[in-house]
Amino acid sequence: MATASRTARLGRLERPALTGVLVREVVNFSSFWRSTTFSSTVEPTIYLLAFGFGFGALVGRIEGQRTVDFIATGTVATAVLFSAAFPAMFGTFVKYQFQRTYDAILAAPVDTEELVTAEALWMATRAGLYGCVPLLVAMAFGLNPSWGMLVVPFIAWTAGFGWACFGIMVAGFAKSFENFNYIVSAVLTPLFLVAGTFFPLSRLPRWAQILGEVNPLHHCVQLVRDAVFGFAGWVDLARYGALVLFGLIMWRIAIHAMEQKLVD
Amino acid sequence: MSGDLAIRLRGVVKRYGAITAVNELDLDVPVGTCVGLLGPNGAGKSTTMRLLTAQSIADEGELEVLGFRLPEESKAARAQCGVVPQLDNLDVTLTVEQNLLVFTHLYRIGRADRRDAIERALKMANLVERRDSRVDKLSGGMRRRLLIARSLVHRPRLVLMDEPTVGLDPQVRQELWALIDALRVEGTTILMSTHYIEEAQRLADTVLIMSHGRAVAAGPPAELVAEHAGREALEVYGPPARLAEVEADAGAAGLRTRRTGTSISILGVDRNGGYSVDGERRPANLEDVFVLLTGEEIA
Repeated sequence: MATASRTARLGRLERPALTGVLVREVVNFSSFWRSTTFSSTVEPTIYLLAFGFGFGALVGRIEGQRTVDFIATGTVATAVLFSAAFPAMFGTFVKYQFQRTYDAILAAPVDTEELVTAEALWMATRAGLYGCVPLLVAMAFGLNPSWGMLVVPFIAWTAGFGWACFGIMVAGFAKSFENFNYIVSAVLTPLFLVAGTFFPLSRLPRWAQILGEVNPLHHCVQLVRDAVFGFAGWVDLARYGALVLFGLIMWRIAIHAMEQKLVD
Repeated sequence: MSGDLAIRLRGVVKRYGAITAVNELDLDVPVGTCVGLLGPNGAGKSTTMRLLTAQSIADEGELEVLGFRLPEESKAARAQCGVVPQLDNLDVTLTVEQNLLVFTHLYRIGRADRRDAIERALKMANLVERRDSRVDKLSGGMRRRLLIARSLVHRPRLVLMDEPTVGLDPQVRQELWALIDALRVEGTTILMSTHYIEEAQRLADTVLIMSHGRAVAAGPPAELVAEHAGREALEVYGPPARLAEVEADAGAAGLRTRRTGTSISILGVDRNGGYSVDGERRPANLEDVFVLLTGEEIA
C-alpha cells in the first residue's frame, strides 16, 4: 500500500469504492444468475399468457393496440419493479442482518454512501436488462420491433435505480422482515394496480388517475409504451424527468436510512 | 503519527442510551506489537473494535489510527487496516479464491498486483489446495483462516481481530495461533480482542484488561501477573462444605480467593508465608489478575 500521509484523506463517491462493491455483486451474481434469469423470464411470460391471451380473448384491442402488445409493454415496468425493489428490500436486509456483508464492506475503505450507491447502480443495471425480457417474449408472440425499443433499457435502468433505492430505504427503516408486508400490501400492490399495466388509467375514476400521475410505475409504463408505439414529445420528457426525480429523492433517503442502520 | 503508535485512544466514551459501553478508555498500540484486549463478554471490546473502523462513532475522546483522526479520516485509515470480524461474513456461495478476489477490489489493489496478493494470502492461510472450494463446503477452522487471509490481501499495516478463535475447538485454535504468531513475527501490528486467557498470554506483547468499558490494567502479561497475582496460586479441591471452610480460612488470613466451579483458588500464596493448606500449587495467570482487579470471572 502507499505510505500514509495526512493528505491521503479520501473523498466521497470514489470510483474504486463503487467498483469494489460492484465487483462483489458481479462475482456473486455469477453464482446464481441462472435462477434469477429463469424467474425473470418465466414471470412475464406467465403474465403475458394469462392476461394477454385471457383478456385478449375478451378484448381484442386496448387503446388501439393488440391486447398482448399492450400488456407486454406494461409488464416491462412490472419486471423492473420485481427485479429492483424486491431484491433491494430482501437482499439488503439479509446482507445487513444475517450475512453481515455490510460490516465487512464498511470495514474496507468504503462509506455507506458509496455502498448504497453501488448497490443501487447494480440493481438498476439488472433491472435495465431484465426489464427488456417481456418485450422479447412479446416479440416471440408477434409484437412488431421498432427503433424506439432501443431506449427501453435506459428507461428501465432509470426506473430500476429509483425502485432499488426505494427497496434499500425500506430495508434501512425496517425493524424486521415482517415490516415488509406492510410495504408490499399498502404501497407496492396499489401502485402496481394503478400503473396502467393491464388496463388504461383513463377508464378509472378521477382520484385513481391523479394517483397514477404520482406513481413512478405509471410513468415507466407509459414511457415504455410510447417508446414502442411512438413517442409523445414533451409529455414523455416530463415523465422521464419524474423518474429521474424519483430516483434522486429515493437515493438520498436510502443513504440516510442505511447510515442510521449501519453506523451507530 | 504521534510517536510510534498505530492506535492512540484518549478518554474515549461510547454510550448506547443509558448504557456506557466504553468509558474513558485510553489505549496505545505501538507499531510492530500485538496488543490483546482481554475481558468478559460485554466489557466493551467489540464496541472498541467498531470504533476503530468508524462503524461506531465515539461520543467523547480522541481516536487516532495510523496517524489518521477518527471519524473524519477513517476511510484513509481503513485502507491500511485489515479487519477480522467476530462473526463470519464470508460470501458462502463463492469460492475461497473469489472471496479473496472481491477483497482485492475493495482494498484497491491494482490489476497488476491482484494475482500475487491472492496467492500470498492463500499460502499464508494454508488454503492453496482449497482455492476452488465453495465457502459453505469448508470446515469452521478453514473459514476462520480464510477470514484472516481476506484481511491480509492488501498487506495492511494494522490488523484488527475481534475474538479470532471464538467458538473453535482447541486444535483449530492452535492452528490459528500459529498463523497470528507468523504475522506478528513479520512485524504486522495487531490489536486482538479475546476472552481466552491463554490466547492473550501466548500472543500479546501487552494486554489491556477491560471491565465495564474501562481499562483496569495494562502491561505485558507476565508483568501483570507478577505485579497483581504473584507467582503462584493454590488450587484446593473438595466437597462444597470443605471449600467454604477453606474460603473462610484464607479470607481470615488476608488472602483473596475465587471459586472455579469444582475448586477454590487461593491467590498470592507465595507472598503469605504464614498460610498453608493442602492443595495443588499452580503458576498464577492473567485470569487471577482479572479476578483480583475486578472481582469478576472472565470466561
